[in-house]
Amino acid sequence: MAFKIVVLIKQVPDTAEVRINPETNTLIRDGVPSIVNPYDLNALEAALRIKEGAGGTVTVLSMGPPQAEDALREAISMGADEGILLTDRAFAGSDTWATGYTLSKAINKIGADIIICGKQAIDGDTAQVGPETAEFMGIPHIAYVRKIEEIRDGYIRVQRLMDEGYDIVESSIPVLLTVVKEINEPRLPSLKGKVAAKKAEIIKMGMSDIGAEESSLGLKGSPTRVKKIFAPAVRADRKLFEGSPKDQVEALVEELKKNKCI
Amino acid sequence: MYLKVTISKCTGCQECLNSCPYDAIEMRDEKAFINENCQLCNMCLEACPEGAIKEIREEGDSPAEAAKSPDNTYRGVWVFAELREGMPAPVSFELLGAGRRLADKLETDLSSVILGAEKEAADELFKWGADRVYLCSNPALEKFNDEAYTEILSTLINLHKPAIVLAGATAVGRSFIPRVAARVNTGLTADCTSLEIDEETGDLLQIRPAFGGNIMATIVCPDHRPQMATVRPRVMKKGQYAPEKTGEIVQVNPDNIISRTNVVDSVKEVSDIMVNLHEADYIVSGGRGVGGADGFKLLEELAAVLGGAVGASRAAIDENWIPYSHQVGQTGKTVCPRIYIACGISGAVQHLVGMQSSDIIIAINKNPEAPIFNVATYGIVGDLFEVLPLLIRKIKEIKGL
Ligand SMILES: Cc1cc2nc3c(=O)[nH]c(=O)nc-3n(C[C@H](O)[C@H](O)[C@H](O)COP(=O)(O)OP(=O)(O)OC[C@H]3O[C@@H](n4cnc5c(N)ncnc54)[C@H](O)[C@@H]3O)c2cc1C
Ligand SMILES: Nc1ncnc2c1ncn2[C@@H]1O[C@H](COP(=O)(O)O)[C@@H](O)[C@H]1O
Repeated sequence: MAFKIVVLIKQVPDTAEVRINPETNTLIRDGVPSIVNPYDLNALEAALRIKEGAGGTVTVLSMGPPQAEDALREAISMGADEGILLTDRAFAGSDTWATGYTLSKAINKIGADIIICGKQAIDGDTAQVGPETAEFMGIPHIAYVRKIEEIRDGYIRVQRLMDEGYDIVESSIPVLLTVVKEINEPRLPSLKGKVAAKKAEIIKMGMSDIGAEESSLGLKGSPTRVKKIFAPAVRADRKLFEGSPKDQVEALVEELKKNKCI
Repeated sequence: MYLKVTISKCTGCQECLNSCPYDAIEMRDEKAFINENCQLCNMCLEACPEGAIKEIREEGDSPAEAAKSPDNTYRGVWVFAELREGMPAPVSFELLGAGRRLADKLETDLSSVILGAEKEAADELFKWGADRVYLCSNPALEKFNDEAYTEILSTLINLHKPAIVLAGATAVGRSFIPRVAARVNTGLTADCTSLEIDEETGDLLQIRPAFGGNIMATIVCPDHRPQMATVRPRVMKKGQYAPEKTGEIVQVNPDNIISRTNVVDSVKEVSDIMVNLHEADYIVSGGRGVGGADGFKLLEELAAVLGGAVGASRAAIDENWIPYSHQVGQTGKTVCPRIYIACGISGAVQHLVGMQSSDIIIAINKNPEAPIFNVATYGIVGDLFEVLPLLIRKIKEIKGL
């Protein structure tokens, strides 16, 4: 049995390094690098292990600006067989609904038995794109997969992380999985992989290549809008103490006593 | 639509370059230029001191914005109540608290949907504020199943047309609610920390952290209904519990529930520390400023004196000073104790979203500029190694220990 596996990867700004300028309320992103969404590396690793075990091919697919090509090459250096970039002005401004729609159209075009996503993208943290893509494709999904227990022709059984433990879930194939960090430790690029990545031709697809409805794409196709962006507010009842540590501790304890907290 | 720089207004100050999260603005001939990386997030619009960046609408742009307005036949606020051992999970009551406020503001009613439960579960939902409960008592639904849950909730939404649907951002909610949103063709906002109603339009204002939580964003879903949002447990406050309150039960009997996925088994893994953090009245939490595993001993001592639990920031976990099960924040636990004491934690929004709804927040940090002071009720600027021993001694004195 050989599986055709598609891994969805997103290029994201390394949010751990994004800071906010308190005066202008804008992002400071000088020198903030773009990286492959960390959870998507776990998704890729899971795909590579299925390929190594059961056989098959691994295609990495990303929707994003032209520079997202770098993310696809990184995936190829880790062992993916091919990279496809969905890039088109018409895709800009997509929310998760439009992203799911666009990715599903592309996957239908390329064909897949198993689609693997990260649990969430660290720039938006929505964790919605995976399940939405599965719904648009009309296939089942299993979210928060922490272990693949068994996989064979038409059948998969996994452990799904829940709030208070885990479920053992089985599904037919085709299926879409979203994976958590615990599932594996992503490998590093190999030398051979790096050479392959340099040489690889990244396939580019736009709106017309995937047969998508223009009114469902990008900002136009997105039900949600960002209305306002602002810095988190200061708590109104805040008290900052002053003086020596001893004075401050005493002032704090007084307040706590007053509020019957201790 | 696209964004364009008005060349005559651009002074070349480069303010906009920094504001762009996507590296889509570059300098060409000493003027800002927006390249194809632009994702239309509009961050630069406000960043430009000259107002030189404009949204340009194209022909055929958004029939949505011009002509379509939301379908006003959609009314009422719904809360999806998930199960925990046959009864509604606590997050359902928090959502009913938030839902009640929204419903009152919109002068409409509050309903709840619960699957795989009995009438006692519905009664509990009434007491926490629901006017109506859509109850499906099919025992096959006691176990969460994505496809069956999606099918039933989508069908109910299409039939009864609620204006707002809220669900918990739990493993269950985060898994199937996106499917529902895709199926009923509407937007969904994940992990909202606050929900309000727009005074002018009556739209739901969905407030959540964005860009890894360094900033907050207000999201709206202007022309699609219902407006859907998830909220993490312990972020919203429960409403009033009215032991006498009842309501209308609408029985739901879906026929042939089919699913291609099947839950073979559910295994519980609840660590003690999870229970402790979720139930503690006092949490003493430490970050990179604690300096090492030894430093955490001081925090444990304070927690013991108060009768509380110990939490930590991700930085402390990354340093291996304390196990992951103690992590508070976006990728850790959300906690809501009476008092949260943050020691040597800077207050990155990823941490804040996990503890912001604590009743009282005490921040101890040697940097007066640390963002943790923005959410603090009480702030002590100082070295935690000096402050904590004093605090421990003082509390021991009061408690006569
Ligand atoms: C996708 C994503 C998810 C994340 N999830 C989480 C999460 O769930 N939880 C979380 O906590 N973080 C999370 N983070 C990380 C978060 O962005 C911060 O990096 C982290 O919270 C910083 O931890 P810190 O405050 O302990 O460390 P720092 O930011 O380094 O702050 C240390 C603070 O200690 C103070 N200090 C130092 N010495 C002393 C002293 N002797 N006395 C008093 N104060 C002192 C300093 O002034 C400073 O403010 C996440 C990041 C990302 C990108
Ligand atoms: N633009 C994109 N291109 C490819 N995959 C994506 C994209 N956006 C999201 N994904 C996938 O969906 C997962 C969840 O993303 P999100 O819903 O944005 O948190 C990610 O881990 C990726 O696997």
